[in-house]
Amino acid sequence: MLARVVENVYWLSRYMERAENTARIINVNAHLLLDLPKGIAPGWLPLVDISGNRAEFDAKSHKLEERDVVQFLAADPENPGSLYSSLQMARENARTLREILPTEAWEMLNEFHSEFMRELSTGLAKRARFRFLNDVVGNLQKISGVLDGTMSRNASHTFLILGRNLERADMTSRIVDVRSAQLLPAETPELRPFETVQWMSVLKSLSAYQMYRGAVRSRVRRADVLEFLLRNRQFPRACMFCLDQVEHELKSLQRGEPVVDRLDAVRRFMARAPLEALDQAGLHAFIDRLQLHINELHNGIARIFFPKPQISGVQQLSQQGQTQSQTRLAF
Amino acid sequence: MKANWSTYPTAGLHDELVGPGGGARAAARALLGYLTELGGTEIAVRQQAAEMAIRAMGITFTVYHEQDGSIDRAWPLDIIPRTISRKEWQRIEKGLIQRAAALNLFIDDVYHEQRFIREGRMPREIIHTSKNFRASCMGVKPPLGIWAHICGSDLIRDRDGTVYVLEDNLRVPSGVSYMLENRQVIKRVFPELFESSTILPVDDYPSQLFDMLASLSPRKGETPEVVVLTPGIYNSAYFEHSYLARQMGCELVEGRDLAVDSSDCVYMQTVDGWSRVDVIYRRIDDDFLDPEAFRDDSTLGVPGLMRAWKKGNVALANAPGAGVADDKLVYTYVPDMIKYYLGEDAILENVPSFRCSEPDQLSHVLANLHELVVKPVDGSGGYGMLMGPSSSKSERAQFAKALKANPRSFVAQPVITLSTVPTLVGDLIEPRHVDLRPFILSGPQTSVTTGGLTRVALRKGSLVVNSSQGGGSKDTWIVDTEA
Repeated sequence: MLARVVENVYWLSRYMERAENTARIINVNAHLLLDLPKGIAPGWLPLVDISGNRAEFDAKSHKLEERDVVQFLAADPENPGSLYSSLQMARENARTLREILPTEAWEMLNEFHSEFMRELSTGLAKRARFRFLNDVVGNLQKISGVLDGTMSRNASHTFLILGRNLERADMTSRIVDVRSAQLLPAETPELRPFETVQWMSVLKSLSAYQMYRGAVRSRVRRADVLEFLLRNRQFPRACMFCLDQVEHELKSLQRGEPVVDRLDAVRRFMARAPLEALDQAGLHAFIDRLQLHINELHNGIARIFFPKPQISGVQQLSQQGQTQSQTRLAF
Repeated sequence: MKANWSTYPTAGLHDELVGPGGGARAAARALLGYLTELGGTEIAVRQQAAEMAIRAMGITFTVYHEQDGSIDRAWPLDIIPRTISRKEWQRIEKGLIQRAAALNLFIDDVYHEQRFIREGRMPREIIHTSKNFRASCMGVKPPLGIWAHICGSDLIRDRDGTVYVLEDNLRVPSGVSYMLENRQVIKRVFPELFESSTILPVDDYPSQLFDMLASLSPRKGETPEVVVLTPGIYNSAYFEHSYLARQMGCELVEGRDLAVDSSDCVYMQTVDGWSRVDVIYRRIDDDFLDPEAFRDDSTLGVPGLMRAWKKGNVALANAPGAGVADDKLVYTYVPDMIKYYLGEDAILENVPSFRCSEPDQLSHVLANLHELVVKPVDGSGGYGMLMGPSSSKSERAQFAKALKANPRSFVAQPVITLSTVPTLVGDLIEPRHVDLRPFILSGPQTSVTTGGLTRVALRKGSLVVNSSQGGGSKDTWIVDTEA
């Protein structure tokens, strides 16, 4: 399997996952706002923070917060993290993978992409939006399902899973970070019901609410939610679960060891964190470091498996066999 | 509305399906009867279904547009197939095999003894002034002595029914994937017809192509690593490159995926490290293949690839330099080549051509520009031609100037009124001109696709069938009328 091809599979998978999560958080935010009293509602800007593109957003002129944020997150071609850009990039990557992807998956993605572009302007109108974004999530899950159901478990599938899980771990950590920073302090008894509502919305933005209830049978509490979303090993959007998946896939690759070692360190780091005791600042610092770790995992994968710039000078490649990754040439 | 073939215009034309007077030709009898039953409205509905299938299957071609850069367009397919009887096809097939054999012997001769030239069959300058002659290929011995492993020859039929070879594409001929996909779509649209008549299948091309490529591998006894080399996703034929790689189960590589090491072997960069490559089906022009050997500004190619090929460490299909026989002036000598190398008469005729390189022929061409087609010898895609009868005075003056300045660069031919096939225009059926591009694979055996890609000029009266210039395509049926 070509190095360039697995890189494209990896990015296809990340962009699909990113698009799905973006559609999800917009819908959940809309629902949350309906449940909160006007004066204390956090509004729409936290979503821009989650996407990590605040500077790009602030550079534009704004009138109506909701419309502008939704436009920025869903439809803005200049926002590299928007739903629009993610789908565009997913399709561009898929286009280079026609000989790798199951034909049905490509056909679905292609059809979904053109449908999305066609309906984008009407789909984001407030009345249509919930359904439109829900369809985005549904379509992307359908495509993931076809990929999972029809791709051989070879290197390209490995990188599909790697991309998906690193993106997921990253997104879950962002959502936890930004949301918990904006949550209302539960200092007064009147506000307590609203705290619960907000933590519930955090869970829902990750489709985690039902699974959380199944696993944690008490009132929705900050400490339990953090534990569940960061360290649960059974829920597929929890950071720890995603990292377990990454490890599993890396072990199927001949040259995955250095990244597996790094991954072990990340998991030890996560296991040590005293989540319950962390205050907001402590949690933020913890997640900051977690994200750096996730980014390093990506860099490790890229360094080993993705294409290097072309060779300079004359090199001897012929001894470069299946077992000699340690003698890899410096390109 | 019922399709009415008796009012279908065939006067002054040769229609592939409808004979003079509106009767069906033998190979088209079942098809026309079926279309008559269906009626225009229902045919139009099926056409829409075909177009939806094409969009959903992502069958596209890329056109370069000045404002928008490169755009993916849905592949244009007209659902009314073009039919040829099996009996006629057998003769054409024989002719194509004969032609490919002679062309390969000629190319091998050009890069070795040049007997054809030394014995005075062709002036030496023609070779040395051919844009696609590669001096660096002199003396190279590719496996089996074959240079043009994949050849796409364009066939046309004149109004008197004669089939001519219009040109031979020996560099990187494209279109075969559309031939295969057209059949997939048409099977979805007209399943009934495939049940009731004997239409010969086309779909074993990818496995034949793979077997031919694998047979070129320099490492005998090992499973050959065959790859398809593409310029990338912005190339107009990228769909085809990817399609063929997928159908053959090969890697689709770009130049940047490959490297040549100090022992002149070719490797590709895989997820497990570098891995040896044996055969490259390259879809990049010679010029861009190896920046060390040809254009040094090429970023598409692989430095050192020519070294590896000359040493016999990797096979390239088609071989570099094969395009020397692709030149339209060289084309005019193909019947002589067949005679010279095979001792046979050509089964398929060339379009009568004037060599502007020869003074008496040039003056004839200059005097008759208004009724001739003038073509650049190295052109493709239907660009840069003069269509005499429809040309303006100033266009003719321009061409006359160019011809006198550079006679070697042009050939001229009489205008051939290409045969027609009924084609859907709105919900009416009208004749449109077509050509046919079959593909010939030369390896240990020579094989020809069953039929080929029929291209159709969608504009009324137009003779330009190229998809980059508004041409469409049709499924091509070789029909066994005796079965």
